[in-house]
Amino acid sequence: MSKLTLVTEGDTHVVVKRHFAATPEQVYRAHTEAALIQQWMLGPEGWTMPVCINDARPGGGFRYEWSNGKGGGFHITGEFLELAPFSRIVHVERMHLPDPTPDNHIVTTFIADGAGTLMTMRMTLPSAEVRAAVLATGMEHGMEASYQRLESTMSGANS
Amino acid sequence: MQSLDSAFFALSDPTRRAILARLAQGEATAMELAEPFDMSQPAISRHIKVLEGAGLIGRRAEGTKRHCRLQKRGIESMQQWLAMMHEAMSRNYDRLDGVLAGMQRETRKGKQR
Repeated sequence: MSKLTLVTEGDTHVVVKRHFAATPEQVYRAHTEAALIQQWMLGPEGWTMPVCINDARPGGGFRYEWSNGKGGGFHITGEFLELAPFSRIVHVERMHLPDPTPDNHIVTTFIADGAGTLMTMRMTLPSAEVRAAVLATGMEHGMEASYQRLESTMSGANS
Repeated sequence: MQSLDSAFFALSDPTRRAILARLAQGEATAMELAEPFDMSQPAISRHIKVLEGAGLIGRRAEGTKRHCRLQKRGIESMQQWLAMMHEAMSRNYDRLDGVLAGMQRETRKGKQR
């Protein structure tokens, strides 16, 4: 039940859903309080978030910096547009690699679901054109295929 | 990751995104690509070079004409980036389960007091 689902929707959306065994308030706080964010939003094994600046109020900005401890790293910057405790967060963010990626507009909702919480994160990519370029190579079969491809790529790299 | 940087940079421009969208429907010459835009041929050629440099499109010569097409490998590297995002998110949320369990214990302790 705790498994992450990640699907495309319409022309420009990506929707992520995940169930948590905690209250909406707890899950919301874990998404908005820097001290909590730094404990889990770390990405692959071995990465840390040495910088977590987070001004969680409408119009407030944030900056998350990740490091792999070997000189590698990148950061995300963004702005909060709307915060409705403990049910909804709207923000924009971009990755700096170091060139900034196109802005990703994200609506995250936390809804009581049984004894836990269903989190739904709906991302809006900058244009249908970006999605069209991706669709051109077989994305119409769903994102699952590329994950399977990646899994085989990664297991190949590990062996 | 270097080519991924240039791929995202290439996608940061609306004209280049439109060129990719056009090529998603099939091959086209630089002249055909320029048609829908109010832009000079050299300006379009510069955009094509950026997309080519990012590995998102390739060019094939046929006589004097050069046909542009989507480059599967470049587009796939972006798909892989999305897939890595999925992988990273799964790990993040597994860790978040642990953080939330800790918060629940704190809450219970607080209530007992």
